[in-house]
Amino acid sequence: MITAAAQEREHYLNASYGLKSWLLTKDHKRIGLLYLATITLFFFIGGAFATLIRVELLTPQGDLVSSETYNKLFTMHGVMMIFFFLIPSIPAVLGNFFLPMMIGARDLAFPKLNLLSWYLLVVGGLFSLYAMLAGGVDTGWTFYTPYSTTYSNGYVVATALGIFIAGFSSILTGLNFIVTIHRMRAPGMTWFRMPLFVWAHYATSLIQVLGTPVLAVTIVLLFLERVLHLGIFDPARGGDPVLFQHLFWFYSHPAVYIMVLPSMGVVSEIISTFSRKAIFGYRIVAFSSVAIAVLGFLVWGHHIFVSGQSLYAGMVFSFLSYFVAIPSAIKVFNWTATLYKGSISFQTPMLYALGFIGLFTIGGLTGLFVAALGIDIHVTDTYFVVAHFHYIMVGGALMGYLGGMHFWWPKMTGRMYPEGWAKLSALVIFLGFNLTFFPQFILGYLGMPRRYHAYPEEFQVLNVLSTAGASVLAVGYMIPMIYFIWSLRYGKVAPANPWGATGLEWKTSSPPPVHNFDETPVVTHDAYDYASLMAEGVEVG
Amino acid sequence: MSHPPEQTHIDSVGTYVKILLALLVATAVTTAVSRVDLGAFSTVVALGIACVKMLLVALFFMHLRHSTKLTRLVVLGGLLWLAILLLLTLTDFATRGILGVPGK
Amino acid sequence: MADHTSTETPSLRVQFDTEAQQKDASTLGMWLFLVTEIMFFGGMFAVYTVYRNWYPDVFAIASSSLNEIIGALNTGVLLLSSFTMVMAVRAGQLGQQKAIVIFLILTLLFGGIFLGVKAYEWNQKFEEHHIPGQAAFHLDGVLPGDQGHAQLFFSIYFAMTGLHALHMVIGVAILLTLIVQARKGRYSASYYTPVDVAGLYWHFVDIIWIFLFPLLYLIDRHLVK
Repeated sequence: MITAAAQEREHYLNASYGLKSWLLTKDHKRIGLLYLATITLFFFIGGAFATLIRVELLTPQGDLVSSETYNKLFTMHGVMMIFFFLIPSIPAVLGNFFLPMMIGARDLAFPKLNLLSWYLLVVGGLFSLYAMLAGGVDTGWTFYTPYSTTYSNGYVVATALGIFIAGFSSILTGLNFIVTIHRMRAPGMTWFRMPLFVWAHYATSLIQVLGTPVLAVTIVLLFLERVLHLGIFDPARGGDPVLFQHLFWFYSHPAVYIMVLPSMGVVSEIISTFSRKAIFGYRIVAFSSVAIAVLGFLVWGHHIFVSGQSLYAGMVFSFLSYFVAIPSAIKVFNWTATLYKGSISFQTPMLYALGFIGLFTIGGLTGLFVAALGIDIHVTDTYFVVAHFHYIMVGGALMGYLGGMHFWWPKMTGRMYPEGWAKLSALVIFLGFNLTFFPQFILGYLGMPRRYHAYPEEFQVLNVLSTAGASVLAVGYMIPMIYFIWSLRYGKVAPANPWGATGLEWKTSSPPPVHNFDETPVVTHDAYDYASLMAEGVEVG
Repeated sequence: MSHPPEQTHIDSVGTYVKILLALLVATAVTTAVSRVDLGAFSTVVALGIACVKMLLVALFFMHLRHSTKLTRLVVLGGLLWLAILLLLTLTDFATRGILGVPGK
Repeated sequence: MADHTSTETPSLRVQFDTEAQQKDASTLGMWLFLVTEIMFFGGMFAVYTVYRNWYPDVFAIASSSLNEIIGALNTGVLLLSSFTMVMAVRAGQLGQQKAIVIFLILTLLFGGIFLGVKAYEWNQKFEEHHIPGQAAFHLDGVLPGDQGHAQLFFSIYFAMTGLHALHMVIGVAILLTLIVQARKGRYSASYYTPVDVAGLYWHFVDIIWIFLFPLLYLIDRHLVK
């Protein structure tokens, strides 16, 4: 295709101007960008809380903030990062933008519902933000009773209400994706020709639809107990606080797969493109995504091993927890097999994807540690667990998100980001990340509890290393912010397919036209069919 | 030019009336049967009747009889997930103390 | 390229290729939403299951303090409303615009009666001091040490019937919207999807009540006279 300069051609960014054309848009691509702005803001707010946490932990004494304030810091860090950044991130930004294009559709099934989903996230975020500014909440992002229902003096209801509203954003997005994938694939786009990114989002959407409502009702029960004193979790009346934990984790465990599955989808796309090879074992990887979604619902009790669950249940959940590692491991093996004898190039997206594979593997293996009932007794509620989930969520999910942002930036904006700076920040992030979180495995194993703002002297060196790493990480996250914005004006104009990637989204111009395709595509070959791509004589930017 | 409605099965008024009557009768039955001592079976019977009523409403009033395989799969999936929630939660609450380990 | 939006109609939005595809997608979307509702109510059913398992005797006594005849009659009213709702959908299938309006209004009426009876029942509980969390809470026939367990029953009763009633109120609002649109002649045999999917929602709320009635009102009634 002719790579006409973006300014001369009409596309989704310049087709209409003005605030209303954005705030009342039904275009999934614009909605993806609205989400991008929103979650980036929430990410930096969550990051600010993390900064304060790490600064406090430079010294063994609790001398920067009081313990009550510290409780609020880690609570609000968790709430912001999980509910308002990670859960929406890839599905709401990259999924919204590219899912319809990848299957050859003009938009999602329900564009107005899509816009509503964005507004729900914004409103929910504002409620929780208000709570934080008004004085904060100190229950932990897990809101365990009876502290959250009876004893906490923080803004529990406002924060929980914000999460409740944001939950509906997640549910509606999942619903939209499922209907779109089932009913709006272009002619010839069979299930097993879809990119693995789409399979990953299908699996994610299943979790969003089946799990999030239970979080919603749990928040309702929390609300009823706190405000109306109904007593469902009140031990004095025969209630059981552990019941809250069951209901909470029924969602919150599958939620971690909402956070990591889309990232795995991104990694599949990137590994394939930058090895110029079809993903090894396409069908197995597709089925593994669904398997992760299903199995992820059967293991939540591993969060309740020490808080009062019966030993029998503990054994059941520990046993089941081992199975959920299998499909994830299968994916790692298949990505590795894809690399073998591939024609590999190390552009920035590939750096993030490779980083994902290594760091996710470490996070996943340490997951097996904590799945073991016996080991978990020792490491639960320590920094070992903190390190485990940050390896998955930051080393895994966030790296995948950044990789995806770099990979698809040219398509979304019509501009290339500066490759040199991007590689540098990827390296800085990788080093900063490991310096931040690897010491925490050791700290946890040695016995440092999580959620404490003071600790024994002998843990200081490792804590200082961790905080040093965090400052490197912060720099690493700032640099892309700067060069992405810079690239909007000064970046090299991007061709339709700068990476020589397969996938329908690369057949349109960069940026794409308003309705994605001038004519509905007819699909005649599999995903990752590089031979056909070469035959078409696609120009590689 | 619009297609004819995809779902061309239009049930008769008579069908709906019969289902309504069945539902009302089932309601009366379940109320009456609750007064009879069936021991542990009381709950089974009550839930059984409720399930029958649910099926009548779903199959006839919600047209599940005439719907696509995908729709039926979605419904089954939802019910299966409800079962997972209830049963796995009960692995805790129905087994407190059975292993004879103090506090577990 | 052509501006697709100018040829858009309610029954064929720009993202769809055919009206059948759109109707299919809308129906699938509503069923998926109902699955989320199954899980939403499911959390409360889980709470009910746990505590009924733990305190069966107290739950039986508490359950018998509810008037099961009123409950049964109210169940009948709701079932009637489901009947009129499906008749409204049928009228839509046949393009009988006046009948659509009439059946929707009847559905609204029955729904309103149900909610009115519910309000009466709740008021009864208030007068009998069966509101959990109240200092004056007392359930006859239950030992002082078990009064807390009785409060659990009523917590669940109010939470579940309250959540159900909230869904009914939302349903009423949806019905009102449909009635207004139907009176403007917006629905026909080729486009009555809003009536259809609203019907699915209404029937679902009915099914929730089909389970709530025996679970709350009919626990071991043979035990208590």
